[in-house]
Formats: sequence, structure tokens, C-alpha cells
Amino acid sequence: MIRIEDLSVAFGGKQVLDGFSLELPDTGVTALSGPSGCGKTTLLRVLSGLQRPESGRVLGLAPEETALLFQENRLLPWRTVEQQLTDVLPRPRRDEAARLLALAGLTGEQEHLPAALSGGMARRLALVRALALGRRYLLLDEPFTGVDAPRAEALMAAVRAAGTPVLLAAHERHTLSLADTVVYLDGPPLKVLQIRGKPLQ
Amino acid sequence: MRRIGRVLLPVLFWLGVWQLAAAAVGQELLLPGPAAVGRRLLELAAGAVFWQTALASLLRIFGGLLLGVALGALLAGLTAWVPLLDWVLTPAVKVVRATPVASFILLVYLWVERGRVPGLISALMVLPVVWGNVTRGIAETDPQLLELARAYGFGRGRTLRRIYIPSVLPYFASGCRTALGLAWKAGVAAEVLCQPQNAIGTQIYNTKYYLETPSLFAWTLVVIALSFLLEWAVGGLLRRAEGLEGGRRP
Repeated sequence: MIRIEDLSVAFGGKQVLDGFSLELPDTGVTALSGPSGCGKTTLLRVLSGLQRPESGRVLGLAPEETALLFQENRLLPWRTVEQQLTDVLPRPRRDEAARLLALAGLTGEQEHLPAALSGGMARRLALVRALALGRRYLLLDEPFTGVDAPRAEALMAAVRAAGTPVLLAAHERHTLSLADTVVYLDGPPLKVLQIRGKPLQ
Repeated sequence: MRRIGRVLLPVLFWLGVWQLAAAAVGQELLLPGPAAVGRRLLELAAGAVFWQTALASLLRIFGGLLLGVALGALLAGLTAWVPLLDWVLTPAVKVVRATPVASFILLVYLWVERGRVPGLISALMVLPVVWGNVTRGIAETDPQLLELARAYGFGRGRTLRRIYIPSVLPYFASGCRTALGLAWKAGVAAEVLCQPQNAIGTQIYNTKYYLETPSLFAWTLVVIALSFLLEWAVGGLLRRAEGLEGGRRP
């Protein structure tokens, strides 16, 4: 169990998180759903350690244990598809690049630069790059923008098979349907409206 | 055919203009024609001194260029790192940019032996240009990629290698291209004023004594030719570096 306790974050004079608390399961896939700008991304940034909260704490998950997939792909424009992965893979796992490329449906593209990829391909590459980090917990911000439903399902199945717990922010119904638990949110300031799915124990 | 024409046509045109102008003036002392200058150039090129002189100038000024590029890039890195240093150095670099090169040449001439002046002057001209460009490149580095580097544990070395250097490279390359012409012209000017041994500038200065206008033209042509050569060599080097950073194109 991961406990988010009493987080407060202000952004440009606006209180995005104001004493926000939530308990998250430490297994399976949890989705955060809510209107854009409600504070989902800010919450993911706090969990990944990129945003320091003014107050509050997170128990059971350290920033170094998280791999964040940003809302933007943030691929390095001058590195090839394969290099994007070998750049982040720890040295002993370099040979996993081929497997991850296959998972993303990018076999045969390894020599290309990101500029040569379609939107969906680039998104899939950014996603498997986050997997390549090999961290304990995945934070995915709008992971399947531009990715078609069958591929999204296949990627999600692979993540599940690896046993890595996932917290994702999304608003398409299809992505939400892939989650075990959906937390419906509103804001700012961020607040929980409803939690659906497997009850948190 | 078209490409050859692109090169040949303007060359022939301007040679013709030059020839006509020389004929109109009718005095070799004031404006020697292309034939006289060409003859003089061939005479010069027949002697070993000519090649020694050209090589010595080239090495001297190229050395200064390298020094200026290295110091400029290093300084840009430091000023990006330490804002205090930036505050102190920015006005100094602006002053260097605004100072007439002749003042610097005479000043440096007072401090160091004449053989070293052209190189130092070239370095001094190059440094602010490279410093400015690299500084801009560092400032324009995508903050989203830098944040990614932080989140994905790139560390300092990998952030430098994978993000800063490829981002800055185009700015650095364009700075080097601009600096090249500056270095060369300022370096030759310094040679003219300080007259070190084995220097094109010294030869140019001497033509004044003997009213050897064809020699002045011939040596100036050498300066231009070497400038093109340097531009071509450095340009090729920079293009290769940029190509390598760009990865293999699809």
C-alpha cells in the first residue's frame, strides 16, 4: 500500500494540491481519471520527485523507485530508436533493447531517428523507454495518446506480466477499462470523487 | 555542366572587370592587371620561402583559432554553471567585442614577443564569438529533456554527453564558422603591424616599402585562398561532427 498524506502544491499562484490524501494499491493497474488541468500530472510529478510538495508526504514509495512516462514523449532527437533504450538500460540489461522494441512494435526501426516515427510509434517508444529503466513502480501520464486500442492492450498485458505496479493518468474510456482500479478526480485543487474497481484492502 | 558554370562564370566575369579597370587606370603601381599579379604569384610560388611563409602564417593563426575556440567554449560552460562569473565576464566580453582590433594588436605587441601576437589576436577575436554562441546554445537546451535526464537518473556525465553537447553543437559550429574569417583577417592584420619572421603579413607590409603593388595583390590572393582552404577544412570537420551527433538518417 502506498499512502499519500496531506500533500499541498501551489503552481503559479494556484493551489493545485491542497491537503490531498489517497491510498494506492501496490499491485496491478490503477488509473487516475479527471478533467485536464485538475492536478493529475502534478500528483505524478510529486510521486516521481520532480515536484517538491510544500507539505505532506508519501509513504511506501520513494522517487528513485518510480519510472515516469511524461505526457510528452521527450525522445532525444539526435539518438536512434535503439539508442533511446540503450541510453537508459542498465549495462547488464543492454541486450533487452530488442525485446522492448518488439514489444513496442518497433522492430526494424532501430536505426531511425525519432523524427521519422509516427505519433503512435514515438509514444510506444517513450513507454518502453520508461519500462527499460527497470524501476519498481510505473507512473504513466496519458500513456496511450495516439496508440490504437489493440496495441495499448498488448502493452498493458506485457506490463502486467512483468508484475510492475502501474499508476496512470488517462481520460479515454478505453485506457480506463484496462485498469483494476479507477480513481475519479476533480480539481484544482485535486479531490477524489469516487473510487471504482477492486476495493483497496 | 551547370555547376562548373556556377563557379567559372563569376570568376571570368570579375577577372574581366579587373582587367578592364587595370587597362583604364594604365599604371601597374596603382592597379596591376590579373596577368601581372598572376606572373608575380608564380614567381613567388617557385621559391621555398613562399611556402614556408604561408605555412607559418597558417599554423600561427590556426593555433590562435583553436585556442580561442577552446577558451570560448570552456568559458561558456563556466559562465552557464556559475552565474556570478557570468555577471563579471559578460561586460568584459562586450568590451573586447567593441575594441578596435588595431588597439589590441599594438597593446599585445607591448606584452609578448612579435611572433606570438597574431595567434593571440586571433584567439581574442574568436573567443567572444564562440563564447556567445555556446552560451546561447546552453540557454536554449530543452528544459523538458533536462528534466527527463533528472527523472531517469542520467547523472552529470550522461546529461552532458547525451543532452547538452548535441544541443549546443549546431550553435558551436555556427560560431566556429563565423570565428574562422575573423581569426584569419585579424591574424594577418596583426602580422602586418608586428612583422614577425615568416609571415604573410610581413610580406604584405614590405610591398609598401618597395611599392610592389603586384606583390601586394599576390599575397592578398594567398590570404584569400588560405582562408577558403581553412573554411573548407573546418567546415568539413564540423559537418562530420554534426552528422555523427544526428545519428544515421533513415
